[in-house]
Amino acid sequence: MATVTFVEHDGTVHQVDHDEDGSLMEIATNHAVPGIEGDCGGEAACGTCHVIVTDEWAGTVGPRTGREQQMLEMSPECEANSRLACQVAVSSAMDGLKVRLPEFQM
Amino acid sequence: MSPGERSAAAAMNSSRVVIVGAGHASAQLCASLRQEGWAGEILLIGDEPCLPYQRPPLSKTFLAGESALDELLIRKPDFYDKQAITLRCARVRSLDPEAREIRLGHGETLAYDKLVLCLGARPRRLVLPGAELAGVHHLRDAADIEAIRADLPAARRAVIVGGGYIGLETAASLRNLGVAVTVLEAADRVLQRVTAPEVSTFYERVHREEGVELRLGVGITALEGDGRVSGVRLADGDLVAADLVIVGIGVVPNVEIADRAGVSVEDGIVIDSCGRTSAPDIYAAGDCASYFDRRQGRRLRLESVPNAVEQAKSVAAAICGREKEIAALPWFWSDQYDLKLQIAGLSTGYEEVVLRGDPATGRDLACFYLARGRIIAADCVNRPHEFMFSKRAIAQELAPDKELLTDLTTDLRSLLDRSPSRAPRADRS
Repeated sequence: MATVTFVEHDGTVHQVDHDEDGSLMEIATNHAVPGIEGDCGGEAACGTCHVIVTDEWAGTVGPRTGREQQMLEMSPECEANSRLACQVAVSSAMDGLKVRLPEFQM
Repeated sequence: MSPGERSAAAAMNSSRVVIVGAGHASAQLCASLRQEGWAGEILLIGDEPCLPYQRPPLSKTFLAGESALDELLIRKPDFYDKQAITLRCARVRSLDPEAREIRLGHGETLAYDKLVLCLGARPRRLVLPGAELAGVHHLRDAADIEAIRADLPAARRAVIVGGGYIGLETAASLRNLGVAVTVLEAADRVLQRVTAPEVSTFYERVHREEGVELRLGVGITALEGDGRVSGVRLADGDLVAADLVIVGIGVVPNVEIADRAGVSVEDGIVIDSCGRTSAPDIYAAGDCASYFDRRQGRRLRLESVPNAVEQAKSVAAAICGREKEIAALPWFWSDQYDLKLQIAGLSTGYEEVVLRGDPATGRDLACFYLARGRIIAADCVNRPHEFMFSKRAIAQELAPDKELLTDLTTDLRSLLDRSPSRAPRADRS
């Protein structure tokens, strides 16, 4: 069992316990976390699962891909640690992962 | 809490939402209803023996055998347990808005307080001699694909009837599997209904490069074969050999049970800007629903996942007493080979196109559709940057300098209106 924490833009915290290996987007939508839409089902096509990884986890999670970069850099809320959650593979080893959500999904 | 709010809250605790249909809109409704605070019962009734699954991969990874159905579930089985959502596999035969009941195929009736019709659409059938032959398939749900997959080991020559997105995606998947493919299209170009000629040219070139035979502007008179299909007879008398035929000629919305119950139908089930139908406490969302699009100034019935999701969110809000208009910009996507197409907006009514890239070469292209100088839509192949730009540009009603737009050295962000009064949100980048 591992924990992921999602912090909404207004500060609301959603702590999710999971034992799934999957994408961060799937974990969020499977636990009905508001603010992560994942409309395209994980194709990196919609840009509605934008998250900002906290500094302490950025190294573990890794950088965004070229395609993510092209999607995200058009968002006014894009930050250095912005990722598309559907492209972030989460394992149970990433216990304690924490990400913030932007105010709006594109 | 006011007395009105108290009674609404009480209703949300003790009432029952029944969702008919179990596709993308339904899965979103389950999540959005709980996020909006619906604490009452949620009953989801689908006619397939499985949880709601992603349909777009059916013509791609699922057809190729690269993904199993349980990998395509929109939300995992756990989700429905945790959110206390009851699922039933049954066919709904009729509904009675006055009695607030639905009747199932085997005669059982079920009461509802709120009813959501997510009935989807079904493939338009080919009505021709021989359409019932073995080896002839339509494409909509997982069972259709499983039937195609069962025919694949013996398939050498496939014919796809219809050069729309479904037809072309299927053609790409079959080529990837090494099957010879001919696409038959009645119009004089592929994607004729939905894209500019320049985009059709791009896709025709790529499919030909991938070895697909395209026959455009052709009519079909019959499917031929002895028990199993062996060829497609064209209007000019030609016979195209085929041991597998896949028909992708559009869909028909499932509106019949609504229509018979007196719920207003105009192509789709008529909904207002928040997803309510003409009948009290009955809502609709997705491929079966017709809504008024403000940008287009007319009723539309869209067939896409994002549309189903957006309408479901509005319906969930409306059921919980909150007005959330269906307002998101329509968008679509299509994957063929290594080409990832993202479409922003609706191009209907465009006056000119501006290209970024060359349809005659390469594997990427952006095609912007302009009306009165403003960008109203864009088809972006392997150009996610242009797609995201277009979403913002359309929202801003941007009238860009066309030379700058077409110039590949232009940073598109510099064309966007960044003033706080026009931007949808503060720019913190």
